[in-house]
Amino acid sequence: MTQIAASKPVRRFDYTFSLVGMIALAVILFWAIVAIFAPHLVPYSPGKIVDTDYFGPISSKLWLGSDYLGRDMLSRIIMGARYTLGVALAGVLIASTSGVVLGMAAAVLGGWVDTILSRFMDAMLSIPSKLFGLVVVAAVGSSLPALILTLAFIYAPGSFRFARSLAVNVNTMDFIAVARIRGESTLYLVGAEILPNIIRPVLADFGIRFVFIVLLLSGLSFLGLGVQPPLADWGALVHENIQSLSYASAAVIAPSVAIASLTISVNLLIDNLPRAIRDRSA
Amino acid sequence: MNSEIGSLILRRLGIAMVTLVIVSFAVFFTTNLLPGDTATILLGQAATPEAIAGLRQAMHLNDPAILRFFHWGLGFLTGDLGKSYANNMEISTLIGGRFVNTMELAGLTTIIAVPLALTLGITSAVMRGRLYDRVVSVLTIGVISVPEFVIASTAVLVFAVYLRWLPAISFVNEIHSFSDMLRMYAMPVVTLTFVVSAQIIRMTRAAVIETLDTPYVEMALLKGASRSRMVLRHALPNALGPIVNALALSLSYLIGGVIIVETIFNYPGIAKLMVDAVATRDLPLIQTCAVIFCAGYLILITIADIIAIISNPRLRK
Repeated sequence: MTQIAASKPVRRFDYTFSLVGMIALAVILFWAIVAIFAPHLVPYSPGKIVDTDYFGPISSKLWLGSDYLGRDMLSRIIMGARYTLGVALAGVLIASTSGVVLGMAAAVLGGWVDTILSRFMDAMLSIPSKLFGLVVVAAVGSSLPALILTLAFIYAPGSFRFARSLAVNVNTMDFIAVARIRGESTLYLVGAEILPNIIRPVLADFGIRFVFIVLLLSGLSFLGLGVQPPLADWGALVHENIQSLSYASAAVIAPSVAIASLTISVNLLIDNLPRAIRDRSA
Repeated sequence: MNSEIGSLILRRLGIAMVTLVIVSFAVFFTTNLLPGDTATILLGQAATPEAIAGLRQAMHLNDPAILRFFHWGLGFLTGDLGKSYANNMEISTLIGGRFVNTMELAGLTTIIAVPLALTLGITSAVMRGRLYDRVVSVLTIGVISVPEFVIASTAVLVFAVYLRWLPAISFVNEIHSFSDMLRMYAMPVVTLTFVVSAQIIRMTRAAVIETLDTPYVEMALLKGASRSRMVLRHALPNALGPIVNALALSLSYLIGGVIIVETIFNYPGIAKLMVDAVATRDLPLIQTCAVIFCAGYLILITIADIIAIISNPRLRK
């Protein structure tokens, strides 16, 4: 009896989130809204010194205390959301788009185009990302556009390899052969035949890559080589205030918690995607 | 060892060499993108044009980039690493002692992290779905999802600030006693162990679960083999290749981790040297450090691949 009850057909379009997935989505949306409306949400100007003491404690006036110069930590974290989320999102958009387009092109074109692209990307992948980041930042500097392009450059090869391996499988299917015989262009093959068939796993990969980029950006900023003052992302906030770690100041804990809440939520959201999305991305 | 395995290993070594050349090429050219003339930077704005031209000549800066790359590569092979821009010291002198320090840190972490993580990974795979496995999984996902410096800060808060078990800062010039040694290594090693272990646990767990699901392991179970025999005799030998690969990939996180950990704990290693070199844009030093790190990473990956090739039962005849 229980066997029969357990095997009742699953609804085809089950878009309900699990509880963990809901919470993760809520946290991500929260940070997205904070980042978009940051200038309207800050209680103080993020650059203004509002506390006579540095590393001031949490109080009703300063909800997260003050930083090493006596600036309001809450305001700095709210503005920091803009740089962490904004730079990472721009980076992942460029990385994934270029990686996926080149990956599909390599799979469809094959031959020497595929060989050269794949060899090059594999060599790029054999450089540990943080090391790569240090070398590129040394060369092109830490302005925001340079940082975005650096992050995109480092994470595009992973996206390329992922998309290429998916596209190679689709490329062997009959409908591709039919489209080729019909005389369709490469552009059509890539855009209309391959892309729709790999888009869901590509989107999941987009999320994972976003986390990687947030981690690398935060790491670089933590080393003092990422987002430069007077601007500050969350990693830079930890960098600025790291000396207060030994007395557990909110100035260093709060931005760390902000990063962790964002990256853990994205990972949990991907792990808990609704069945209807997950099944077709498998 | 038969010829098939031998040729596979040779092929693998060849790929590693080619990759290293491509990577050092990439490092060299990326760092040469830097706007501004090296000779002008070295001599300062007040230098006469003649002095700059002379230095350019002496440093072979007028040669085409490809020639300079070969010059640099040859120097690298013969141990002539050039001089630092920042203080004009021989790079080999700057790197020497620090390289040993970093290897000590990495080695100590490996000795602690690998057995610990393998045990946790294998046991949680065997107890898949139970509370133990779920707790381990949640912890490893937590560690993997956050930057290394957050792990390091948490470790400092827990072990040094609240529990007061370990000293927070590891800056020690000379080691005289066991407590000095502990002071130097404790926090960096604890932090790195967390970072590296989490990766190994996840990948080992996945590799073992995959072999536990194979028909021959099920067959062993049906024939009445005990649980431990099934895991140790049937599943593990076949999971060895994937596990070694997982180990090598995870040890690459050691490199990323070392960069952060040496900085946060002021550890006098080669990664801290490189971060400082990037801050002062000391190109020759950056290039050398980057190539050393890439070479270390490639050596790890290649050793793992070779062990995986040797341990693959399908290739043994």
